Amino acid sequence: MTLESDEIEITTGEYDPERRLGAEDPTQRHERWQVRVVRLHKSFDDHQVLRGVDLDIERGRINMIIGGSGQGKSVLMKHLMGLLKPDSGHIYVDGIDVVPMNEYELNEIRKKFGLVFQYAALFDSMSVEENVIFPLVEHTKLGRQEMLELAYDMLGKLNVPEHGRKFPAQLSGGQRKRVALARALVLKPEILLYDEPTTGLDPIQTKVADDMIKETADSFGVTSVVISHDMASVFRIGDRISMLADGVIVATGTRSEILHSRSHYLREFVETSGAVRFEDTSP
Amino acid sequence: MTTQAEAPPKHPIVRLADFVVGLPMGFVRGVGQHARLLFQAAAWAVRPPYRVRLLIEQAEFIGVESVPIIALTGFFSGAVIALQGVYAFRLVQAERFVGTALGLTLTRELGPVFTCLMITARAASGMATELGSMRITEQIDAITAFAVNPVQYLVTPRLLAGTIMAPLLTMVFNLTGIFGGYMAAVVIENVDPAQFFYTLRWYTDPTDVFQGLFKAMVFGLTLTLVGCFQGFFASGGAKGVGIATTRAVVISSVLILCLDYFLGDILLAVLSK
Repeated sequence: MTLESDEIEITTGEYDPERRLGAEDPTQRHERWQVRVVRLHKSFDDHQVLRGVDLDIERGRINMIIGGSGQGKSVLMKHLMGLLKPDSGHIYVDGIDVVPMNEYELNEIRKKFGLVFQYAALFDSMSVEENVIFPLVEHTKLGRQEMLELAYDMLGKLNVPEHGRKFPAQLSGGQRKRVALARALVLKPEILLYDEPTTGLDPIQTKVADDMIKETADSFGVTSVVISHDMASVFRIGDRISMLADGVIVATGTRSEILHSRSHYLREFVETSGAVRFEDTSP
Repeated sequence: MTTQAEAPPKHPIVRLADFVVGLPMGFVRGVGQHARLLFQAAAWAVRPPYRVRLLIEQAEFIGVESVPIIALTGFFSGAVIALQGVYAFRLVQAERFVGTALGLTLTRELGPVFTCLMITARAASGMATELGSMRITEQIDAITAFAVNPVQYLVTPRLLAGTIMAPLLTMVFNLTGIFGGYMAAVVIENVDPAQFFYTLRWYTDPTDVFQGLFKAMVFGLTLTLVGCFQGFFASGGAKGVGIATTRAVVISSVLILCLDYFLGDILLAVLSK
């Protein structure tokens, strides 16, 4: 991988230079790519899930990761914020390799991320408002009233302000996802990860979820990484699309580049959904 | 796509050898994994932020909410020991020693063991279920994703609360047990109350009480560690949570009874010097 010298941005960073935070590699600091995954391998027992993934996540854009079931999309996403350790490879977040970090250092990096889980993963022993203020309680010194104001402000922006006192079990699937998004956004993360956000939603709710992701990316200026099976969603909101198959990224590019791809696997996967037609029909 | 060739069935002797070798290896691995979780929880206990509110919540769940069931079982345990004691000692016309039997049995053995078995049934199973459900619904991953250490947030408060509350509950068990024994021996079986209390106090030393409370502390730590471990590393959906809960109860109960013997042996040797 080669970089033009004028593309390399040396960030001052928000970290204490006296304290080691992973291995810094100036060649991986980049204005365009906020997260860079390099030759990532991961196995579970004898099953090799990731076989050398190379992936660049574009800053401030919606990056879609597509692929069949069991191809390792969620595993890849969990690696991005250090929930799993790879067997080998590197993950650079703003030029800092997070792979060698210990748990304490990873917690500093994780504050840059927000994660919206496939089934929301709300804490079911807490009310909605307690769920949303959880990151604030853990990482700020704000008073409870201020936290609640921020939480209700965020719930209001996501059109679920009236559910603050309810518990997650009392919410619909779509409402739970909005609350999960509010919880992920309340600390103003730079990178927002969505793990199959439209799973289990009807077509109208799916469109609503897509709009929510798009609006969030536009309003908050976050870098979004979305794992999805839903090709209609992928091509509706994705700025950059990458396909994971057999443990490697087999195709990556903008919507237009993907629609001109000659990858047989990609074309079959996308066309089978019926949502999108390739512009060039001769692979 | 290639299909993997089916492995040939193993010879019965090979399967037996696998079992014989696998059993101790599994035991050692399990002990190591529990020790690792214990070490992590201890390391996070002395590192800020100190989670006092969570500790109090767990102390309430393990301790305060267990008081009625501990008091009830303590009362009837004491009563049945006294009842059997009266009938046994009556054979040699020594009913007055029922207080001694009751005091020593409760404070040294039955108090800590029964109390911790009750906590296991109520709290360790609850911990395994709660943490197991959190694991399979990705709530533990969510805690990690919010840059919070899940061991510090979930395991450390439970271990501390279990270690602190088990001796306190044992005291409740002992007191209600003595009251139950008094009711059975003195009120129902007409043992002289002065003799009952005299033999109880004369032969039951503070070291006996200390021995029981120390055991309870160790059992409390053990049962919460097992409950947390089983839940924290649960997998396999709802069935996996059920298995984790069952294992938490079975392993904790067996460990309490085994540890009781070894601790009793050590403590008797140390304290009798």
